[in-house]
Amino acid sequence: MSKQALLSREMLLTGAIILLLGLIASRFPAFIAPSNLVNVFNDTAPLILLAIGQMIVILTRCIDLSVAANLALTGMVVAMINVAMPGLPVPVIIVFSITFGALLGMFNGVLVWKLAIPPIVVTLGTMTIFRGIIFLLSEGRWINAHQFSDAFKAFPRTVLLGLPVMSWIALGAVMLFVVVMNRTSLGRACYAAGGNPHAATYAGINVGRTQFWAFTICGALAGLAGYLWVSRFAVAFVDLARGFELTVVAACVIGGVAIMGGSGTVLGAMLGALFLGIIGNALPVVNISPFWQLAISGSAIIIAVALNASANRKKGRIILKRAEQAT
Amino acid sequence: MSDTTRFIPDRLRSPMERRIKSWETLLLAIAIAIFITNSFMSPFFLNAWNLSDMTFNFTEKAMIAFAMALLIISGEIDLSVASIIALASTAMGAAVQIGVGTPGLVLIGLTVGLLCGAFNGFLVTRMGLPSIVVTIGTMSLFRGISYIVLGDQSFRGYPPDFAFFGQGYVFWVISFELALFAVLALIYYVVLHRTNFGRAVYAIGNNPVAAEFSGIRVARVKFILFLLTGLMSGIAAICLTSRLASTRPSIAFGWELEIVTMVVLGGVSILGGSGSIPGVVIAAFVMGLVTFGLGLLNVPGIVMSIVIGALLIGVIALPRLWERWRLQSKTR
Repeated sequence: MSKQALLSREMLLTGAIILLLGLIASRFPAFIAPSNLVNVFNDTAPLILLAIGQMIVILTRCIDLSVAANLALTGMVVAMINVAMPGLPVPVIIVFSITFGALLGMFNGVLVWKLAIPPIVVTLGTMTIFRGIIFLLSEGRWINAHQFSDAFKAFPRTVLLGLPVMSWIALGAVMLFVVVMNRTSLGRACYAAGGNPHAATYAGINVGRTQFWAFTICGALAGLAGYLWVSRFAVAFVDLARGFELTVVAACVIGGVAIMGGSGTVLGAMLGALFLGIIGNALPVVNISPFWQLAISGSAIIIAVALNASANRKKGRIILKRAEQAT
Repeated sequence: MSDTTRFIPDRLRSPMERRIKSWETLLLAIAIAIFITNSFMSPFFLNAWNLSDMTFNFTEKAMIAFAMALLIISGEIDLSVASIIALASTAMGAAVQIGVGTPGLVLIGLTVGLLCGAFNGFLVTRMGLPSIVVTIGTMSLFRGISYIVLGDQSFRGYPPDFAFFGQGYVFWVISFELALFAVLALIYYVVLHRTNFGRAVYAIGNNPVAAEFSGIRVARVKFILFLLTGLMSGIAAICLTSRLASTRPSIAFGWELEIVTMVVLGGVSILGGSGSIPGVVIAAFVMGLVTFGLGLLNVPGIVMSIVIGALLIGVIALPRLWERWRLQSKTR
């Protein structure tokens, strides 16, 4: 895919977001006040983190349906640690949540890599297993706001240079993964492994191992999002973020990530997440019942995937098409 | 997905050996083991009425699973099935409010299912979009429409004779749903394993390009499969709505993944091209038995989901581990 095409795809989405903001502003100008936009971005931060991870997994021709369950499990584990040991400093908790999430991701990755089980089956299984483990750990009980230590709750809300820490983390992750995906051999291996696994193998890339690392990264980001989610909303329970895995996939699709692998960008995933985040935040403001949200994001997904397909068709790479079919 | 090395044997296994070592036999053994364990664990298990109640755990899902099995064998997937149930149920509920009778309700349920299936089929076969993304989209869209119509309300007041589909019994402990499940299983068995259409489904799943060149109308077959899946979701919506006697927009939430689990557990390859209806039938019983047995022992449903998840991965992982271990010991 040429650089121009990538650029235009993200420009298109940026244009759509600006148009959306304009439409909302025409009915409710206060929505585009900087302070509110910061709020919207902050609300979308977990979705951005998850969408980046999911994008990397989808790049390698896999899919991770266990991200929301991973988020909820890691969130529950750190919440219980915080309740048991209120004095544990927040940085330790963050490092733990990333590690724990990464381990859950590695479990998916090993099954995909070593046993060649289709990723959709693996993550469908681990999704229900993770949810079940949360129930076993918590015995179905909720952990509520008053049980958390103040430091645990305060960290993502701390405002630094005008932005809450949670937003900074999302921005940091975007920048980190822009570099990783474009400037490191692992990032390029992800594109290669998804674009054409056979060619990647001949080029000396271990496709299975690349997929393993993609799942690990995705799990680590989900774990981090788990801590942020639980501390921000100050609650942990079994059904936390239930059904969110499909919202994450939706953000990727809207962001122009090809579900068949090999193409997509970190910025695209972020913009896709922001698009959904803005819709979610704007509906109550412009007096449309929040019950419309699901139908609107559904339509957005269908339109986005139709646009993706027509963009791919225009390129007319007949030689490459044949090679793809041969695989 | 990474490529798997195929081990090509120098002779075919005997039909008897093939049957014994088949996926279905393994599943059946698991089902019987669960059945026996359950009957030892709980004194309430071996009771005709309890067992009949158990079947409600899976009949509605299994009806959709049959059509989903065909769809997955052909290399596509439909994640919008549970949302089609929600939309069809909402349409029936809305019709009740203006006084439509039972025959009208059934017609509406089936029509909405077919229309939703046609919409999915159109997007996938005419527009050439990947079905997994399309149906994630329509999943939100269909249920979203239910939410727009219902919000946090619910529809009630279904006519008394409508209750038959989800609560009626045709003979002794055989419920209408169970009978319908059996009839549908038979129909799908014949369609998949005994007709040209069934062969076409396998051919498409194995190699759509070769199927196209062999004169199979790939797009049309796939469109019919999406229609069928929609229709089955409509039928399931009628049964479920009748059983619950109310419609909320969250009805059947999360069923799509349970149905896919059932199909994959039944030995249908998620990559397409292989699978059988008897496998899906046994998988439906396995899932129903596990849910019901643990329920009798007061184990919460969510723990059951761990077992289902582990089964899903385990039944695929263990044969592969076994095969690998066997190959390694052979080469040594």
